[in-house]
Amino acid sequence: MVRFEDVATNYGTGPDILHAVSLHLSPGSFHFVSGPSGSGKSSLLRLMYLANRPSNGRMTLFGRDVEGLTRDERAMLRRRIGVVFQDFRLLKHLSVAENVALPLRIAGRREDKIREHVTELLAWVGLADHFDDLPATLSGGQQQRVAIARAVIGQPSLLLADEPTGNVDDRIAVRLLYLFEELNKLGTTVVIATHNQALVSRFSHAVLALGEGTVRVEPPPDSKARDAAEGSMA
Amino acid sequence: MRRRPADVPLAKDVSDRFLPWLVAFMVYFVALAVISATTMHKLVERWDKGLSGQLTVEVPPPGPGVSETERRGRIDRVVQILNRTIGVEEVALYGAEEIAELLEPWLGAGLAEQDLPLPEMIAVTIDTEAPPDLAVLAEQLDEAVPGTLLNDHKRWLGKFLDLARTIQIFAGAIVLLVGSIAVMAVVFVTRTGLSVHREVIEILHLIGAHDPYIARQFQRHALALGLRGGAIGSVFALATILAIGQVLGPVESALPPVLSLSAAEWGLLVLLPIVTAAVAMVTARLTVLGTLTRMP
Ligand SMILES: Nc1ncnc2c1ncn2[C@@H]1O[C@H](COP(=O)(O)OP(=O)(O)OP(=O)(O)O)[C@@H](O)[C@H]1O
Ligand SMILES: [Mg+2]
Repeated sequence: MVRFEDVATNYGTGPDILHAVSLHLSPGSFHFVSGPSGSGKSSLLRLMYLANRPSNGRMTLFGRDVEGLTRDERAMLRRRIGVVFQDFRLLKHLSVAENVALPLRIAGRREDKIREHVTELLAWVGLADHFDDLPATLSGGQQQRVAIARAVIGQPSLLLADEPTGNVDDRIAVRLLYLFEELNKLGTTVVIATHNQALVSRFSHAVLALGEGTVRVEPPPDSKARDAAEGSMA
Repeated sequence: MRRRPADVPLAKDVSDRFLPWLVAFMVYFVALAVISATTMHKLVERWDKGLSGQLTVEVPPPGPGVSETERRGRIDRVVQILNRTIGVEEVALYGAEEIAELLEPWLGAGLAEQDLPLPEMIAVTIDTEAPPDLAVLAEQLDEAVPGTLLNDHKRWLGKFLDLARTIQIFAGAIVLLVGSIAVMAVVFVTRTGLSVHREVIEILHLIGAHDPYIARQFQRHALALGLRGGAIGSVFALATILAIGQVLGPVESALPPVLSLSAAEWGLLVLLPIVTAAVAMVTARLTVLGTLTRMP
């Protein structure tokens, strides 16, 4: 699904933010991306949703080398990726429903299907009453849920969420993570960046731990325990 | 859901306010330029037709001290030649009053009373089907009375045709100039829009929009602006033409009724905004696609 081989990234002519990143996310996997603020979580996700190009190394997405993709091919790949941006990136002039509808509209889906899906998803994230509201009239947590609804409406194969629980209380955060797990069970590969360590340890998923400008891949805790147990038995 | 706004909120841009007026201005000028050129053409054609059967012969005034009998003799010689010539249908002498009237604009009123030596003018109607050889006729007249001129109006009509042609070329140049200014304005406005809405466009790209989708937003906007501005321009052009018609109304009995619009001119007024809007739309599309392709 996603494969990095010795990937480095920077912004413009700046220094490398990340270097020597090698990882593989298999289809249907669930990963957290953890690390302190400024460690490059967002930068790692930006590579995955093709907003930045690797300055070094090789990166493949859905089995395609991202280097040398045409603009149209990039657009087509992006339609298979749902992104929850750290700053939401809702379109201010569009209603909640229109924001959520965008991916389907871009994919050229039928208007009645779009309406049906949007209604369904807004109910799913608990915003059925805010259909026609402008994003600016919503709280941070509500906007975040609009962003989540927009990210998942196109039933993406890969979901990249950057601090999707940053603006909600723990109870809603846990509920949202259950939603992501549901999607994951339906086959979506999920990557969630968060600096909420409590949340990471509450769910047992693999972790891409960022530090010192690179990524350490930690397997899920239970498999770690299992590995450890297997190790002691041997 | 409410009426769906565009994904890229171009309608709130400044361009939305100034571009339609720019387009209106341009359509107005193109419409007037083209219509004045065609009107000019019509005028010339009409005069050409009306005048081609008419010649004027101008016999110069005799020198001082020439007797009345001799003066008459000179004119008789000319009239005789004219009457003899095959193809000449009618020969009529202008009276002194008429000549004075004809020359009044140049020489002032009260000519008839003064003792100025005036040329004699003879109006000649020729058979346009079988006209005489005018060059030969002119030579004969000059031989009979030296200095006699045969004026077939072609000379100044030719000047007039030149003027009409110049106006047409001018109108064509205006169309080209205005067209390219319009295209440049749309390119500029579209580029500005792309840069003002960079963020929205980036978001659309990130959720999978390909360039034609983005271009469509700008196209629609340019089409709407073009139609709006073009319609305003056409309406103003029509109003101007009608107003000129009103002002010239009293004179119009003398002039041919050229200021009534032909079907082609009505067509122009309707078609011009549509063509302009279509050009604006295509320009916006190509600008967006071209600019985006150059982006990383
Ligand atoms: N657009 C940018 N231009 C230049 N440098 C940037 C840009 N965005 C991020 N950086 C730099 O890259 C580094 C990593 O930033 P990044 O946003 O990836 O961290 P993060 O782990 O997501 O942080 P946070 O938890 O605060 O969201 C930081 O040092 C930051 O200064
Ligand atoms: Mg971040």
